[in-house]
Amino acid sequence: MKTGAYYKTKKILVNLVIYLFLISVSLTCVFPLFWMVSSSLKTQETIFKDMSIIPKEFHFENYYLAWKEGGFGRYFLNSACYTVLVVIGIVIISSLAAYAFSRFRFPGRNILFFMFLAAMMIPIPGSFVPLYVLLSKLHLRNTAIGYILCMINVGLSTSIFLLKTFFDKMPKELEDAARIDGCSKFGIWRHVALPLAKPVLAVVVVFNALNVWNEYILALVIFDSKSLMPLQVALMSFQGEFITRYPLLMAGLTIAALPIILVYLLMQKYIIKGVTAGAIVG
Amino acid sequence: MKIKSTLENYLFVLPAVVIFVIFYVIPFIWVFQLGLYEWDGILPTKTFVGLSNFKEILFEDKIWWQSMWQAGYITLIALTLQNMLAFLLAWACDREIRMKNFYRVIFFIPPVLSEVVVGLVWQWILDGNYGLLNNWLAHFGLQNMARNWLSDPKTALTTVAVVHCWKGFGWGFLIFLAGLQTIPRELYEAARMDGANAWHSFRKVTIPLMVPVTVMVSILTVLGTMQAFVLIIAMTGGGPAYHTQVPVLRILGSMRGSSRFGYACAQGITFGLILIIISFIQYRFSHKARQA
Repeated sequence: MKTGAYYKTKKILVNLVIYLFLISVSLTCVFPLFWMVSSSLKTQETIFKDMSIIPKEFHFENYYLAWKEGGFGRYFLNSACYTVLVVIGIVIISSLAAYAFSRFRFPGRNILFFMFLAAMMIPIPGSFVPLYVLLSKLHLRNTAIGYILCMINVGLSTSIFLLKTFFDKMPKELEDAARIDGCSKFGIWRHVALPLAKPVLAVVVVFNALNVWNEYILALVIFDSKSLMPLQVALMSFQGEFITRYPLLMAGLTIAALPIILVYLLMQKYIIKGVTAGAIVG
Repeated sequence: MKIKSTLENYLFVLPAVVIFVIFYVIPFIWVFQLGLYEWDGILPTKTFVGLSNFKEILFEDKIWWQSMWQAGYITLIALTLQNMLAFLLAWACDREIRMKNFYRVIFFIPPVLSEVVVGLVWQWILDGNYGLLNNWLAHFGLQNMARNWLSDPKTALTTVAVVHCWKGFGWGFLIFLAGLQTIPRELYEAARMDGANAWHSFRKVTIPLMVPVTVMVSILTVLGTMQAFVLIIAMTGGGPAYHTQVPVLRILGSMRGSSRFGYACAQGITFGLILIIISFIQYRFSHKARQA
């Protein structure tokens, strides 16, 4: 006969295994980041010898050097500008379209919406090739505006889909009331629909911001001038340029990762919501 | 009045449609046109070559097919290692445990980081001479196991695949966890009443109900992993020799390395078709499995 003590011990053991498993995977997740920060605080001389996880001296000046000499300050601002402008563009353009797809009846509505939907499903590997050609023809290659427009397009379909699904479920009473009060269509969109859509707009903002900040390949293909490059491209070329100055590279990587991690920790609720919603889309 | 209202409606969708047509539809059509030409991307003249680009891809381009198999190998590892890990973690978190949300937050850190950051940090850890991993191996007396992880043809591809899994398992974890949480607790209760032990209820309740979610995660994993390449640029650049090349890297190489824009587009079409066929097969296969 198995006693209560037997089951109790078994349960404790099972839980122990589960916790060990979860904690070891968690450590594997964060450790490379610790190592990145730790390496960024060493010097070019000590970094190849000093394998301690917490360095003996903290060389914070690496961050100053990376920001100034490495030029990461410039690239950081570029990335920040692209991110902000693209996200503003996507929020306005996709919410306008999604609102119309959800509320208005007009010829071609279904075909147009289906077009955006299809774009989410069909993979075009190597789409950077025709985009390069297109931007060259429009004389928008190696310009900020060309890159921003491309990136707005990248986020458009999914954002429209998310917002339309939200608007479809949103009750119409408030909008009807506003219309009776003489509010125009744009006025209703601006003053009624958008404020109500805040939770889903947060998902749209966070996801697109992460996506633009982390984007590499289009920026690589489109920009020739260093002065226009975003962080990701600059980091990669910093590594190849001369003998890699690892502490500065690691400081640069930390500079690139820090905003992402901060935004993620602050907005993780929306990110988790977005992943599960995005999965339903797929 | 009616006309004005309709025009107003179009005004709402106009910006989205204009951007979409210029930056999605037109490039989409161009890919199919350019695929039929030989063009260096600079000269105004293109040479029409018919289907010869595709013939070259299918029958002569050995490295293209090598890169395809290598992407397949990474995908296979992602499907097994990454998804198994994701599922186990989700299963471990789908119970009364402390700090559930903490794990959820931690596991999704790698997916939000950029591939460039992840690739460069891991490249530094895996460095053959100064990397932390080899240093630790030596520390624990395992010098024989130390190697140039990313420049040894024998280990490069697998190493890249494992880092890819490290970066990606958080996605699967979140989706699996969301799926597990939709399973009504009463089903487990009922199973236990009928005398099922933990293993039985896992096999008879959890697994069957998780089939649709697993199929979805698998399709997303295949599409995502087959097209992954920035992480590889950051870690190996496709080397040593061609041992970590993948199709999208080849497309980039055709465009920037050998300035063959037409060929790059033809490669893009070929690869896109292969991806569509694979996901279609997966979908049909899962459809049958669900009916059975």
